[in-house]
Amino acid sequence: MKLNYRIAIFAVAIIFGIFFSVPSLFQTQDGKKVNLGLDLQGGLHMLLGVKTQEATKSRIKSIAAGIKHFSERKDILLDALSFDENSVNFSLLDIDDLKSIQEYLVEIEGLDVTLSGENISLALTQEEILKTEKLAIDQAIETIRNRLDQFGLAEPVVARQGEEKILVQLAGIKTQEEEQRARELISRAAKLELMAVDEDRVARVYSMSNADAAAYGDIILDDAENAEIKYLVREIPILDGGMLTDASVGFDQNNRPVINFKLNAEGAEIFGDFTGRSVGKRLAIVLDGKVYSAPNINERIGGGSGQISGNYTVTGAKDLAIALRSGALLAPIYLMEKRSVGPSLGADSIKASMIALVGGFVLVIIFMMVYYKLAGIVANIALIANLFIILAVMSLFGATLTLPGMAGIVLTVGMAVDANVIISERIRELIYEGVSIHKAIEDGYANAMRAILDANITTLIAAVVLYAYGTGAIKGFAITISIGILASMLTAILGTHGIYQMLESKIQKSKNNRLWFGIKG
Amino acid sequence: MEFFKYTRTFNFMGRSKLAIILSIVLVLSSFVLLATKGLNYGVDFAGGTIVQIKYDTTAPIDDMREKLKTNPIFEGSSISEFGSSDEVVIRMKTTSGDVTVDIGDITRETLKGTGNYEVRRVDIVGPKVGDELREKGIMSLLLAMVGILIYVAFRFEWRFAVASIFALIHDISIALGAISLVGLDVNLDVLAALLTILGYSLNDTIIVFDRIREGVTNSRNTELSETINESITRTLARTTLTSLTTFFVVFTLFMFGGEIIHAFAFTLLVGVVVGTYSSIFVASPILLWFGFDVKNYHNKLAQKAKREAEKERMRAQYESGVM
Repeated sequence: MKLNYRIAIFAVAIIFGIFFSVPSLFQTQDGKKVNLGLDLQGGLHMLLGVKTQEATKSRIKSIAAGIKHFSERKDILLDALSFDENSVNFSLLDIDDLKSIQEYLVEIEGLDVTLSGENISLALTQEEILKTEKLAIDQAIETIRNRLDQFGLAEPVVARQGEEKILVQLAGIKTQEEEQRARELISRAAKLELMAVDEDRVARVYSMSNADAAAYGDIILDDAENAEIKYLVREIPILDGGMLTDASVGFDQNNRPVINFKLNAEGAEIFGDFTGRSVGKRLAIVLDGKVYSAPNINERIGGGSGQISGNYTVTGAKDLAIALRSGALLAPIYLMEKRSVGPSLGADSIKASMIALVGGFVLVIIFMMVYYKLAGIVANIALIANLFIILAVMSLFGATLTLPGMAGIVLTVGMAVDANVIISERIRELIYEGVSIHKAIEDGYANAMRAILDANITTLIAAVVLYAYGTGAIKGFAITISIGILASMLTAILGTHGIYQMLESKIQKSKNNRLWFGIKG
Repeated sequence: MEFFKYTRTFNFMGRSKLAIILSIVLVLSSFVLLATKGLNYGVDFAGGTIVQIKYDTTAPIDDMREKLKTNPIFEGSSISEFGSSDEVVIRMKTTSGDVTVDIGDITRETLKGTGNYEVRRVDIVGPKVGDELREKGIMSLLLAMVGILIYVAFRFEWRFAVASIFALIHDISIALGAISLVGLDVNLDVLAALLTILGYSLNDTIIVFDRIREGVTNSRNTELSETINESITRTLARTTLTSLTTFFVVFTLFMFGGEIIHAFAFTLLVGVVVGTYSSIFVASPILLWFGFDVKNYHNKLAQKAKREAEKERMRAQYESGVM
């Protein structure tokens, strides 16, 4: 027996493979493990889009609200303050106020101001629109991540995919109820608005159309619990949830869960000003376009805190508080792709692919042993080492094992065997030609090497393309194939060569080619 | 054991005409199938919705149909068995973009009273995503081929590269034809299988080409068809062995892998058979017909060797300071 550098590297590779695959194999507490894909462990995969044009709309709306608040503070009289999809329009009753309103408008970024006499028209610049849309996506990712982090599932994945898609992956969702809760939490706009009830006209709300309301600068909103009840409120809100600093679950006097919220200093000031001015009127607390309550304002409310009461369960209130705390979505999100796999299906898939993997593996191993005798065993050692190394590398990188990934491993087994078949056939050929064992082994490897390398590299090219262009599960396939090919070069080529070199003198002494290579003579 | 030891050189190229006729017939009928029957794009590429349901006992499909008719959401949906009689999938062309309203829940509600069941999988692929996946799919097939073409042309010679690409197109076409014939749903997994065929078939072709390259380089025989016959014969043991082991593996996947991997395994099964055949009977004859000139190749090799020798001499001179 003679040690050589090949066998040394091979031994190191085997130790590496076993050491780092132990955490995955035995699911130990510590150490990096292979992640099971959603198709294998069950879970929810969603690709979400953002309706970015809505973000621009709400930006316009908040500019309008700002102007309204500013003019009320400065006692500037405005006429016909209105807004549509892309612009805010109003006119000044007193042209002398132009200077102070202009000073205010200059502070707002990305605004195109058009003046014609006392009429002022505001629109967002193209650049600002793009910025707003980008912000909406960034903010949606951030918000969804915040919400899911507080939801209590292990390692939720929230990531940007491409320019404007959001990938959400929730492993370990076990029940339908849990999935429903998660989806509601993610998609909830959580847009809190405090709005003034239009007390002059609210009595006529049931006979008004949306267009009638719009003509007065009002909108009609439904009650959250009973859609029959309607409110007429001023379209431009007093303030919105952007000024919220905290939201938590509390209980009212009837011990029903409510949500207490706090406003920041600016919000508290606006809120105080408004309530001071509107004693005797009602304030509508609006969440996602529905009126949750409309209490009477009895006095000026300072301090900037308020309460949302509704018909909540404790879980519902908790989820809503999470959503409010994480901030509103600037724009609504919609579903582009959803894949949800129940845990039992995942378990079935693991079982089926394990049967296929083990079955195929055992068949190949037996076949190699029968056909090549000891040479087959050498190949089989390489094959088993290969599996360990694949698992180890995947564990180290925290890669995800998917169902196609399992298929990739099965396929790698086939390809790794191929390398050893090619080598063994070459060695047999050379032995038939009557060369020495040493020369047969060395030339056999040299001759086989070119073909194996070329074949592996071309497959690797295909795998890399698959990785670059594939999504989700397919990426998993490309990963296992790539790792498998690289590992097989180490085990099936280098490793087996090392074993032969180590055993060379034994093989020569035994002169039993039948035992060693499965051939006569 | 040496079942697959071949001592006599087979005249593969003598049979190549027959093989080519067979190939042309197969490829053409695949094209006809693709043009007439077409491919059955699954949700991944066409967009749509899939709900997979497993019952405790045999799924009451007729009952289910009746129930689904009561909800307009399910208009135009189809129900079919999935793998076994107690598991079914409901397919719809429509998708909903609403995050909070779940088709799985709606299905569960609608099917109430049809027995004990569990909704095991809900796949919704919006039209935009479907289009994108299809684009990326075609792109990945083409890119992989171009990458391979460049590599093989660089390592061998352009005629080898073109011949291997022809073999690949041959294999992919026939595999697609077979998929169309049995009416499999074409989803991402089938794409992965096609790319695997690409790799596998190429693997086979390259092993044979490597021998041909070796034969051409080493032997004085300038008759290419003889060299090809010899090379194929010498790799035949390996070809049979590897094809058989791969076939075993894929076959177990096909038999025991379950319904969800069925399309993948079927595609591979076809690919393994066709890929092995094409490396012998498609790629090699094309090499012959493209007029790969052995003498010319020898000359090129000789010139290359001469250049190398010249370089070597220069270096030796330089190192000994004669320059």
